[in-house]
Amino acid sequence: MLAYIIQRIGQSALVLLIVGLVAFSMFRFVGDPIDNMLGQERTQEDIDRLRGQLGLDQPFVMQYVKFLGGAVQGNFGVSYRQGRPVSEILLERAPATLELAAVSGFLAISIGIGLGVFTAIRRNGITANVIMSASLIGVSLPTFLIGILLIYLFSVELGWLPSFGRGETVKIGNWSTGFLTETGLKALILPSITLGLYQMTLIMRLVRSEMLEVLRQDYIRFARARGLRERAVNFRHALKNTLVPVITVTGLQLGSIIAFAIITETVFQWPGVGLLFINAIQFVDIPVMAAYLMLISVMFVGINLIVDLLYFAIDPRLRVDRTGGH
Amino acid sequence: MTPTLSIHNLTVDIPTRHGTLRPVQDVSYDIAQGEILGVVGESGAGKSMAGNAVIGLLNPPAHIASGEIHLNGTRIDHLQGDDMRRLRGKHIGMVFQDPLTSLNPLLKIGDQLTETMLAHLDISQSDARKRAIAALEEVGIPGAAQRVDSYPHQFSGGMRQRVVIALALCAEPSLIIADEPTTALDVSVQAQIIALLKRLCRDRGTAVMLITHDMGVIAEAADRVAVMYAGQLAELGPVRDVLTVPLHPYTDGLMGSTPLASRGKARLHQIPGAMPRLDTLPDGCAFHPRCPRAQADCTRNPGPTLADAQGRAACFHPLLREDVA
Repeated sequence: MLAYIIQRIGQSALVLLIVGLVAFSMFRFVGDPIDNMLGQERTQEDIDRLRGQLGLDQPFVMQYVKFLGGAVQGNFGVSYRQGRPVSEILLERAPATLELAAVSGFLAISIGIGLGVFTAIRRNGITANVIMSASLIGVSLPTFLIGILLIYLFSVELGWLPSFGRGETVKIGNWSTGFLTETGLKALILPSITLGLYQMTLIMRLVRSEMLEVLRQDYIRFARARGLRERAVNFRHALKNTLVPVITVTGLQLGSIIAFAIITETVFQWPGVGLLFINAIQFVDIPVMAAYLMLISVMFVGINLIVDLLYFAIDPRLRVDRTGGH
Repeated sequence: MTPTLSIHNLTVDIPTRHGTLRPVQDVSYDIAQGEILGVVGESGAGKSMAGNAVIGLLNPPAHIASGEIHLNGTRIDHLQGDDMRRLRGKHIGMVFQDPLTSLNPLLKIGDQLTETMLAHLDISQSDARKRAIAALEEVGIPGAAQRVDSYPHQFSGGMRQRVVIALALCAEPSLIIADEPTTALDVSVQAQIIALLKRLCRDRGTAVMLITHDMGVIAEAADRVAVMYAGQLAELGPVRDVLTVPLHPYTDGLMGSTPLASRGKARLHQIPGAMPRLDTLPDGCAFHPRCPRAQADCTRNPGPTLADAQGRAACFHPLLREDVA
């Protein structure tokens, strides 16, 4: 077990290295940061000097190695645009994205599994069929369109909820949270629905089809034949078996919730890392882009690792058979 | 004495777009306390369907169209929902064919045992656990006190079927429906499982409906045998009589197609043709198109009943005793 975890962490580190390398090889095509940093009145001398200072005259592999050297010490360099350490900027922006992603993920998983189970158990009911049809909207509409539609309905027409920003936040140490104020909570509603809707419908449809499959299994029939209550059959026996394959997809989807927050954050002008990244691209702010990409990959890889470990927790067949024998 | 199970004129219907199918038609039999009734027939003869009807686990749209089922004198065929659920496990236990798929792979076998007992008996969690261990010991699981915390995949097929039997018996039902309990097992294990089932049921006076297509299992375990063909009872009687002097030509054909060591190298007999599909049942006796003894009047409706051959075989022209050497 421990050997397995160490092996997986090793693999994860390798993935991170490769992601970084690919990212750095791409930065050269985004644009030249020097153009934005120096004003109109610049000489070739200024350009060369700044380029040398920033190390941009070196090949991208060297730049990458330098970045890695700093990164392992927690130093991601200084933002070209803001002139402040990137780690400081990211820490400032991360709570907004993480809170948004957490709420979206929670909504997606809880409502997705709930509706999936419901539509599987009542597979011939009218309500279940209406939900299934409606879920096609969630799967097929692009995120930004859902965001704009929600803004139009709830902010412009009804005026119930704010259309942009985080509302008031409260600082707890370095973490600014929107959970503790009314405006903060209100501001969370539309963006988190926008961000989580696709994942929610995906999880729901997946849970439904897996559960229908499980309900056909012999051990479910046997559980019924033993006179267990319908609730115990559906939840204790069927749902647990349903979740094994669902966990993989859900884990990957949680990763993409954080990654795709970029679109939602742009639509709602949400002051998180996604919006920061978009702005960084416009300014070719390489340190910010690099740190953001690494942060996202760390999260993806981390979530995957957790998913793999969850398998062990939920499925005894994967654990090392210590009792053994027949 | 009231029989443990009494099935009276049971008919099961499956309505489809192309008309109603009748997988079980007008079937009647009793099983006394402690008796093992073997139900044999080819696949699709309706033997499992009748068992599912008794325990209330017919898959819709299949349903009981007519007839009555009595358990210990109480009518149970019309019970719905929670009333039927309370009956399952508590009064009727069931053993399925494949022990590899009958147990939930994610739950310890002890938990599956205790949840069954707690659903039916008014006992505490710790009592249930003690009884779970005792139940495993009874079905011959070595080291039951430790194995109670094992998962199904840590047992072999034969051991798993023992666990399944422990599960079916743990709330002490008066009837066990064993649907092909040995078909998925190694031959060497089959006899052990049959012996175990026989011993446990004899000790407790549990009635058993033993559904199988294996004549050897019937000969080994059953007291009486019911032969089913195309949803109907073909022959019903004590196992010795039916197996040695069958009255119905179908039973005779079945016996002839069973390999026996005593018969030496003689070619196995085949019954020509195949069982008719439920949507194209012939008139009269369902077996007559394949029957070597068929005569013109075999197509007359209504078809034969058990009363036509000494109350034992549903046949207009049963084999006479002297025919069967």
